[in-house]
Amino acid sequence: MKCRKCGAGAVIELPRHNAAFCAPDFQEFFRKQVAEAIRKHKMFTTEEPVLVAVSGGKDSLALWDVLIETGYQTAGLYLDLGIFDYSVESKARCEAFAASRGQKLVVESVAETVGAGIPEVQKATRRPTCSACGLSKRYLMNRAAVDHGYPVIATGHNLDDEAAVLFGNVLHWQMDSLSRQSPALASTHPKLVRRVKPLYRLSERETAAYAFLRGIDYIVDECPFAKGATSITHKQILDRLEEASPGAKHNFLFGFLEKARGVFERAEPTVLNECAVCGQVTTGEICAFCKLSDQVKRRRA
Amino acid sequence: MGYNPAVKIKLRNPNREVEMPGRKRVKDVLRDLDILPGTVLVIRGAALLTGDEVVGDGDELEVRPVMSGGSAAPSERATPSESASE
Repeated sequence: MKCRKCGAGAVIELPRHNAAFCAPDFQEFFRKQVAEAIRKHKMFTTEEPVLVAVSGGKDSLALWDVLIETGYQTAGLYLDLGIFDYSVESKARCEAFAASRGQKLVVESVAETVGAGIPEVQKATRRPTCSACGLSKRYLMNRAAVDHGYPVIATGHNLDDEAAVLFGNVLHWQMDSLSRQSPALASTHPKLVRRVKPLYRLSERETAAYAFLRGIDYIVDECPFAKGATSITHKQILDRLEEASPGAKHNFLFGFLEKARGVFERAEPTVLNECAVCGQVTTGEICAFCKLSDQVKRRRA
Repeated sequence: MGYNPAVKIKLRNPNREVEMPGRKRVKDVLRDLDILPGTVLVIRGAALLTGDEVVGDGDELEVRPVMSGGSAAPSERATPSESASE
Protein backbone atom coordinates (compact mmCIF):
# COMPACT_ATOMS: atom_id res chain seq x y z
CA MET A 1 0.00 0.00 0.00
CA LYS A 2 1.35 3.41 -1.01
CA CYS A 3 1.09 6.85 0.55
CA ARG A 4 -1.50 8.91 -1.30
CA LYS A 5 0.71 11.97 -1.14
CA CYS A 6 4.28 10.84 -1.85
CA GLY A 7 3.99 7.23 -3.04
CA ALA A 8 6.27 5.84 -0.31
CA GLY A 9 5.20 2.77 1.69
CA ALA A 10 2.11 3.54 3.76
CA VAL A 11 1.89 2.88 7.50
CA ILE A 12 -1.80 3.62 7.92
CA GLU A 13 -4.88 3.34 5.75
CA LEU A 14 -7.90 5.58 6.31
CA PRO A 15 -10.87 3.91 4.61
CA ARG A 16 -13.23 6.81 5.40
CA HIS A 17 -10.94 9.12 3.40
CA ASN A 18 -10.18 6.40 0.84
CA ALA A 19 -6.51 7.12 1.56
CA ALA A 20 -3.30 5.73 3.00
CA PHE A 21 -0.30 7.69 4.26
CA CYS A 22 3.36 7.25 5.12
CA ALA A 23 4.38 8.31 8.65
CA PRO A 24 5.43 11.93 7.88
CA ASP A 25 2.42 12.61 5.63
CA PHE A 26 0.03 11.08 8.16
CA GLN A 27 1.38 13.39 10.86
CA GLU A 28 0.93 16.32 8.47
CA PHE A 29 -2.67 15.20 7.80
CA PHE A 30 -3.26 14.95 11.55
CA ARG A 31 -1.92 18.44 12.29
CA LYS A 32 -4.01 19.90 9.45
CA GLN A 33 -7.19 18.35 10.88
CA VAL A 34 -6.44 19.87 14.30
CA ALA A 35 -5.67 23.25 12.71
CA GLU A 36 -8.95 23.11 10.78
CA ALA A 37 -10.90 22.31 13.96
CA ILE A 38 -9.30 25.23 15.81
CA ARG A 39 -9.88 27.62 12.89
CA LYS A 40 -13.45 26.58 12.10
CA HIS A 41 -14.67 26.88 15.69
CA LYS A 42 -12.38 29.76 16.73
CA MET A 43 -11.21 27.59 19.64
CA PHE A 44 -8.23 29.70 20.73
CA THR A 45 -5.37 31.79 19.41
CA THR A 46 -1.61 31.61 19.89
CA GLU A 47 -1.98 34.58 22.27
CA GLU A 48 -4.12 32.65 24.78
CA PRO A 49 -2.82 30.15 27.33
CA VAL A 50 -4.59 26.81 26.86
CA LEU A 51 -5.08 24.29 29.66
CA VAL A 52 -4.96 20.80 28.16
CA ALA A 53 -6.73 18.17 30.27
CA VAL A 54 -4.51 15.09 30.16
CA SER A 55 -5.26 11.59 31.39
CA GLY A 56 -2.10 9.78 30.29
CA GLY A 57 -4.05 8.19 27.44
CA LYS A 58 -3.39 8.50 23.70
CA ASP A 59 -5.92 11.22 22.89
CA SER A 60 -5.01 13.84 25.46
CA LEU A 61 -1.25 13.35 25.12
CA ALA A 62 -1.52 13.42 21.30
CA LEU A 63 -3.50 16.65 21.63
CA TRP A 64 -0.96 18.22 23.96
CA ASP A 65 1.87 17.15 21.63
CA VAL A 66 0.28 18.63 18.53
CA LEU A 67 -0.54 21.91 20.27
CA ILE A 68 3.03 22.25 21.55
CA GLU A 69 4.39 21.43 18.07
CA THR A 70 2.10 24.02 16.50
CA GLY A 71 3.36 26.71 18.87
CA TYR A 72 0.44 27.23 21.23
CA GLN A 73 0.99 28.29 24.84
CA THR A 74 -0.08 25.27 26.87
CA ALA A 75 -0.01 23.72 30.29
CA GLY A 76 -1.33 20.27 31.18
CA LEU A 77 -3.93 19.52 33.80
CA TYR A 78 -3.91 16.07 35.36
CA LEU A 79 -6.82 15.05 37.57
CA ASP A 80 -5.84 12.36 40.05
CA LEU A 81 -8.98 10.24 40.34
CA GLY A 82 -7.54 7.87 42.92
CA ILE A 83 -8.29 4.77 40.82
CA PHE A 84 -5.67 2.40 42.21
CA ASP A 85 -2.64 1.54 40.01
CA TYR A 86 -4.40 2.98 36.97
CA SER A 87 -4.16 6.50 38.40
CA VAL A 88 -0.58 5.98 39.59
CA GLU A 89 0.52 4.86 36.12
CA SER A 90 -1.44 7.47 34.19
CA LYS A 91 -0.07 10.28 36.37
CA ALA A 92 3.48 9.03 35.81
CA ARG A 93 2.88 9.11 32.01
CA CYS A 94 1.66 12.71 32.20
CA GLU A 95 4.55 13.82 34.39
CA ALA A 96 7.08 12.15 32.10
CA PHE A 97 5.50 13.74 29.02
CA ALA A 98 5.43 17.21 30.62
CA ALA A 99 9.07 16.90 31.71
CA SER A 100 10.20 15.70 28.26
CA ARG A 101 8.55 18.70 26.58
CA GLY A 102 9.49 21.22 29.26
CA GLN A 103 5.84 22.02 29.97
CA LYS A 104 4.01 22.86 33.18
CA LEU A 105 1.65 20.22 34.60
CA VAL A 106 -1.05 21.25 37.07
CA VAL A 107 -2.25 18.37 39.26
CA GLU A 108 -5.61 18.31 41.06
CA SER A 109 -6.79 15.46 43.24
CA VAL A 110 -10.35 14.23 43.65
CA ALA A 111 -9.46 12.77 47.05
CA GLU A 112 -8.14 16.11 48.30
CA THR A 113 -11.28 17.91 47.19
CA VAL A 114 -13.98 15.39 48.04
CA GLY A 115 -12.27 13.43 50.80
CA ALA A 116 -12.11 10.18 48.82
CA GLY A 117 -11.05 8.85 45.43
CA ILE A 118 -13.51 7.81 42.70
CA PRO A 119 -13.93 4.18 43.90
CA GLU A 120 -15.23 5.41 47.25
CA VAL A 121 -17.17 8.30 45.75
CA GLN A 122 -19.02 5.80 43.59
CA LYS A 123 -20.01 3.73 46.62
CA ALA A 124 -21.40 6.81 48.35
CA THR A 125 -23.73 7.62 45.45
CA ARG A 126 -26.17 5.70 43.36
CA ARG A 127 -24.56 7.00 40.20
CA PRO A 128 -22.73 4.73 37.77
CA THR A 129 -18.97 5.11 38.31
CA CYS A 130 -18.38 6.88 34.99
CA SER A 131 -21.11 9.39 35.81
CA ALA A 132 -19.64 10.34 39.20
CA CYS A 133 -16.18 10.45 37.63
CA GLY A 134 -17.31 12.60 34.68
CA LEU A 135 -19.03 15.04 37.01
CA SER A 136 -15.91 15.31 39.19
CA LYS A 137 -13.66 15.79 36.16
CA ARG A 138 -15.78 18.53 34.59
CA TYR A 139 -16.02 20.37 37.90
CA LEU A 140 -12.31 20.15 38.75
CA MET A 141 -11.24 21.06 35.22
CA ASN A 142 -13.28 24.23 35.20
CA ARG A 143 -12.26 25.20 38.71
CA ALA A 144 -8.57 24.63 37.98
CA ALA A 145 -8.77 26.73 34.80
CA VAL A 146 -10.51 29.58 36.66
CA ASP A 147 -8.10 29.40 39.62
CA HIS A 148 -4.97 29.30 37.43
CA GLY A 149 -6.17 31.95 34.96
CA TYR A 150 -6.70 29.88 31.80
CA PRO A 151 -9.55 31.11 29.57
CA VAL A 152 -9.93 27.80 27.75
CA ILE A 153 -9.73 24.07 28.45
CA ALA A 154 -8.93 21.67 25.61
CA THR A 155 -9.89 18.02 25.99
CA GLY A 156 -8.87 15.03 23.88
CA HIS A 157 -12.38 14.00 22.79
CA ASN A 158 -12.12 12.46 19.33
CA LEU A 159 -14.56 11.70 16.52
CA ASP A 160 -15.46 8.31 18.03
CA ASP A 161 -16.15 9.86 21.45
CA GLU A 162 -18.36 12.53 19.92
CA ALA A 163 -20.21 10.12 17.63
CA ALA A 164 -20.85 7.79 20.61
CA VAL A 165 -22.17 10.67 22.74
CA LEU A 166 -24.41 11.77 19.88
CA PHE A 167 -25.67 8.21 19.46
CA GLY A 168 -26.55 8.04 23.17
CA ASN A 169 -28.19 11.46 23.09
CA VAL A 170 -30.30 10.50 20.08
CA LEU A 171 -31.26 7.10 21.53
CA HIS A 172 -32.67 8.86 24.58
CA TRP A 173 -33.64 12.12 22.86
CA GLN A 174 -31.66 14.14 25.37
CA MET A 175 -32.79 17.49 24.02
CA ASP A 176 -30.62 19.60 26.34
CA SER A 177 -27.51 17.61 25.55
CA LEU A 178 -28.27 17.69 21.81
CA SER A 179 -28.57 21.47 21.95
CA ARG A 180 -25.13 21.75 23.53
CA GLN A 181 -23.13 19.05 21.76
CA SER A 182 -20.44 20.99 19.97
CA PRO A 183 -16.67 20.96 19.38
CA ALA A 184 -16.53 24.33 21.17
CA LEU A 185 -18.64 25.59 24.07
CA ALA A 186 -18.35 29.29 24.74
CA SER A 187 -17.94 30.82 28.17
CA THR A 188 -21.36 32.12 29.26
CA HIS A 189 -20.35 33.17 32.77
CA PRO A 190 -17.15 34.69 34.21
CA LYS A 191 -16.59 31.48 36.22
CA LEU A 192 -17.21 29.16 33.29
CA VAL A 193 -14.29 28.76 30.91
CA ARG A 194 -14.50 27.92 27.21
CA ARG A 195 -14.32 24.17 26.50
CA VAL A 196 -12.96 22.92 23.19
CA LYS A 197 -12.26 19.58 21.50
CA PRO A 198 -9.60 20.06 18.81
CA LEU A 199 -9.48 16.31 17.97
CA TYR A 200 -13.16 15.99 17.04
CA ARG A 201 -12.27 15.56 13.34
CA LEU A 202 -9.94 12.61 14.05
CA SER A 203 -10.88 9.03 14.87
CA GLU A 204 -9.44 7.28 17.88
CA ARG A 205 -7.47 4.98 15.60
CA GLU A 206 -5.91 8.09 14.07
CA THR A 207 -5.02 9.58 17.47
CA ALA A 208 -3.58 6.22 18.57
CA ALA A 209 -1.49 6.04 15.38
CA TYR A 210 -0.29 9.62 15.84
CA ALA A 211 0.68 8.96 19.46
CA PHE A 212 2.53 5.78 18.45
CA LEU A 213 4.37 7.44 15.56
CA ARG A 214 5.37 10.37 17.77
CA GLY A 215 6.83 7.96 20.32
CA ILE A 216 4.45 9.08 23.05
CA ASP A 217 4.45 6.69 26.00
CA TYR A 218 0.74 6.58 26.77
CA ILE A 219 -1.25 4.26 29.02
CA VAL A 220 -2.79 1.57 26.80
CA ASP A 221 -4.75 -0.29 29.44
CA GLU A 222 -8.28 0.86 30.03
CA CYS A 223 -9.63 2.38 33.21
CA PRO A 224 -10.82 -0.61 35.30
CA PHE A 225 -14.25 1.00 35.61
CA ALA A 226 -14.75 1.51 31.86
CA LYS A 227 -15.65 -2.15 31.24
CA GLY A 228 -19.34 -2.41 30.46
CA ALA A 229 -19.80 1.38 30.26
CA THR A 230 -22.66 2.41 28.01
CA SER A 231 -20.41 4.68 25.96
CA ILE A 232 -18.26 1.65 25.09
CA THR A 233 -21.29 -0.34 23.96
CA HIS A 234 -22.27 2.57 21.72
CA LYS A 235 -18.76 2.72 20.30
CA GLN A 236 -18.82 -1.00 19.51
CA ILE A 237 -22.10 -0.61 17.64
CA LEU A 238 -20.70 2.32 15.66
CA ASP A 239 -17.53 0.33 14.92
CA ARG A 240 -19.69 -2.34 13.25
CA LEU A 241 -21.42 0.32 11.17
CA GLU A 242 -18.10 1.89 10.22
CA GLU A 243 -16.71 -1.46 9.08
CA ALA A 244 -19.71 -2.04 6.83
CA SER A 245 -19.81 1.55 5.63
CA PRO A 246 -16.58 3.57 6.00
CA GLY A 247 -17.35 7.18 6.89
CA ALA A 248 -20.56 6.33 8.77
CA LYS A 249 -19.34 7.87 12.04
CA HIS A 250 -18.02 10.95 10.29
CA ASN A 251 -21.29 11.45 8.41
CA PHE A 252 -23.35 10.89 11.56
CA LEU A 253 -21.42 13.46 13.61
CA PHE A 254 -20.69 16.04 10.92
CA GLY A 255 -24.23 15.79 9.54
CA PHE A 256 -25.53 16.56 13.01
CA LEU A 257 -23.15 19.49 13.54
CA GLU A 258 -23.78 21.01 10.12
CA LYS A 259 -27.47 20.28 9.53
CA ALA A 260 -29.30 19.27 12.68
CA ARG A 261 -27.78 20.85 15.77
CA GLY A 262 -29.49 24.20 15.23
CA VAL A 263 -32.90 22.54 15.43
CA PHE A 264 -32.24 21.65 19.06
CA GLU A 265 -30.92 25.03 20.15
CA ARG A 266 -33.11 26.82 22.61
CA ALA A 267 -34.05 30.47 22.27
CA GLU A 268 -33.63 31.20 25.96
CA PRO A 269 -30.17 30.81 27.43
CA THR A 270 -29.76 28.67 30.54
CA VAL A 271 -29.81 30.78 33.71
CA LEU A 272 -26.59 30.28 35.63
CA ASN A 273 -26.08 30.87 39.34
CA GLU A 274 -23.14 30.53 41.68
CA CYS A 275 -23.30 27.54 44.01
CA ALA A 276 -24.21 28.57 47.58
CA VAL A 277 -21.52 26.24 48.93
CA CYS A 278 -18.51 26.51 46.60
CA GLY A 279 -19.27 29.50 44.38
CA GLN A 280 -18.81 27.56 41.13
CA VAL A 281 -21.39 27.84 38.36
CA THR A 282 -24.61 25.83 38.58
CA THR A 283 -28.15 25.91 37.26
CA GLY A 284 -29.54 25.26 40.75
CA GLU A 285 -28.74 26.57 44.21
CA ILE A 286 -26.17 23.96 45.19
CA CYS A 287 -24.09 22.38 42.44
CA ALA A 288 -24.12 18.63 41.74
CA PHE A 289 -20.48 18.32 42.78
CA CYS A 290 -21.14 19.79 46.24
CA LYS A 291 -24.12 17.43 46.62
CA LEU A 292 -21.84 14.54 45.68
CA SER A 293 -19.16 15.70 48.15
CA ASP A 294 -21.80 15.92 50.86
CA GLN A 295 -22.92 12.33 50.19
CA VAL A 296 -19.32 11.16 50.49
CA LYS A 297 -18.78 13.06 53.75
CA ARG A 298 -21.94 11.61 55.27
CA ARG A 299 -20.95 8.09 54.30
CA ARG A 300 -17.54 8.55 55.89
CA ALA A 301 -18.94 10.16 59.07
CA MET B 1 6.36 -31.50 7.63
CA GLY B 2 7.98 -28.30 6.25
CA TYR B 3 9.40 -25.28 8.04
CA ASN B 4 6.40 -23.22 9.07
CA PRO B 5 7.18 -20.90 11.97
CA ALA B 6 4.22 -19.13 13.43
CA VAL B 7 3.53 -15.45 13.86
CA LYS B 8 3.35 -14.55 17.54
CA ILE B 9 0.62 -12.11 18.42
CA LYS B 10 0.29 -10.14 21.63
CA LEU B 11 -3.31 -9.20 22.42
CA ARG B 12 -4.69 -6.96 25.13
CA ASN B 13 -7.77 -6.67 27.32
CA PRO B 14 -7.02 -9.18 28.65
CA ASN B 15 -3.28 -9.45 27.96
CA ARG B 16 -2.49 -12.75 26.23
CA GLU B 17 -0.42 -14.23 23.41
CA VAL B 18 -1.51 -16.42 20.55
CA GLU B 19 0.39 -18.04 17.71
CA MET B 20 -0.82 -18.42 14.17
CA PRO B 21 0.83 -20.72 11.61
CA GLY B 22 1.89 -19.75 8.10
CA ARG B 23 2.34 -16.49 6.24
CA LYS B 24 -0.68 -14.28 5.80
CA ARG B 25 -1.79 -10.71 5.33
CA VAL B 26 -2.46 -8.59 8.42
CA LYS B 27 -6.09 -8.19 7.38
CA ASP B 28 -6.47 -12.00 7.32
CA VAL B 29 -4.80 -12.32 10.73
CA LEU B 30 -7.36 -9.86 12.13
CA ARG B 31 -10.23 -11.64 10.40
CA ASP B 32 -9.12 -14.97 11.90
CA LEU B 33 -8.99 -13.34 15.33
CA ASP B 34 -12.45 -11.82 14.72
CA ILE B 35 -11.11 -8.27 15.26
CA LEU B 36 -12.39 -5.30 13.26
CA PRO B 37 -9.41 -3.59 11.53
CA GLY B 38 -10.72 -0.14 12.47
CA THR B 39 -10.50 -0.90 16.19
CA VAL B 40 -6.78 -1.69 16.51
CA LEU B 41 -3.25 -0.76 15.53
CA VAL B 42 -1.09 -3.63 14.34
CA ILE B 43 2.49 -3.06 15.43
CA ARG B 44 5.70 -4.90 14.51
CA GLY B 45 8.67 -3.49 16.42
CA ALA B 46 8.67 0.26 15.81
CA ALA B 47 6.42 0.04 12.74
CA LEU B 48 2.69 0.26 12.10
CA LEU B 49 1.45 -2.29 9.57
CA THR B 50 -1.30 -1.83 6.99
CA GLY B 51 -3.79 -4.59 6.19
CA ASP B 52 -2.02 -5.79 3.04
CA GLU B 53 1.33 -6.37 4.79
CA VAL B 54 2.32 -10.06 4.88
CA VAL B 55 3.49 -11.47 8.21
CA GLY B 56 4.86 -14.82 9.32
CA ASP B 57 8.32 -16.38 9.76
CA GLY B 58 8.42 -15.80 13.49
CA ASP B 59 7.20 -12.18 13.31
CA GLU B 60 6.10 -10.78 16.65
CA LEU B 61 3.07 -8.52 16.44
CA GLU B 62 1.15 -6.46 18.92
CA VAL B 63 -2.54 -5.92 18.25
CA ARG B 64 -3.30 -2.81 20.27
CA PRO B 65 -6.92 -1.70 20.80
CA VAL B 66 -7.56 2.00 20.22
CA MET B 67 -10.82 2.39 22.10
CA SER B 68 -10.95 4.51 25.20
CA GLY B 69 -14.09 5.18 27.08
CA GLY B 70 -16.08 5.44 30.21
CA SER B 71 -16.44 8.93 31.49
CA ALA B 72 -14.42 10.44 28.67
CA ALA B 73 -17.56 11.17 26.76
CA PRO B 74 -20.29 13.36 28.20
CA SER B 75 -19.35 17.00 28.46
CA GLU B 76 -22.54 18.53 27.14
CA ARG B 77 -23.87 19.88 30.37
CA ALA B 78 -25.02 23.44 30.99
CA THR B 79 -22.35 23.77 33.66
CA PRO B 80 -19.37 21.62 34.57
CA SER B 81 -21.12 20.26 37.64
CA GLU B 82 -24.44 19.55 35.99
CA SER B 83 -25.39 15.90 35.82
CA ALA B 84 -27.64 14.05 33.41
CA SER B 85 -29.95 12.97 36.21
CA GLU B 86 -30.76 16.49 37.31
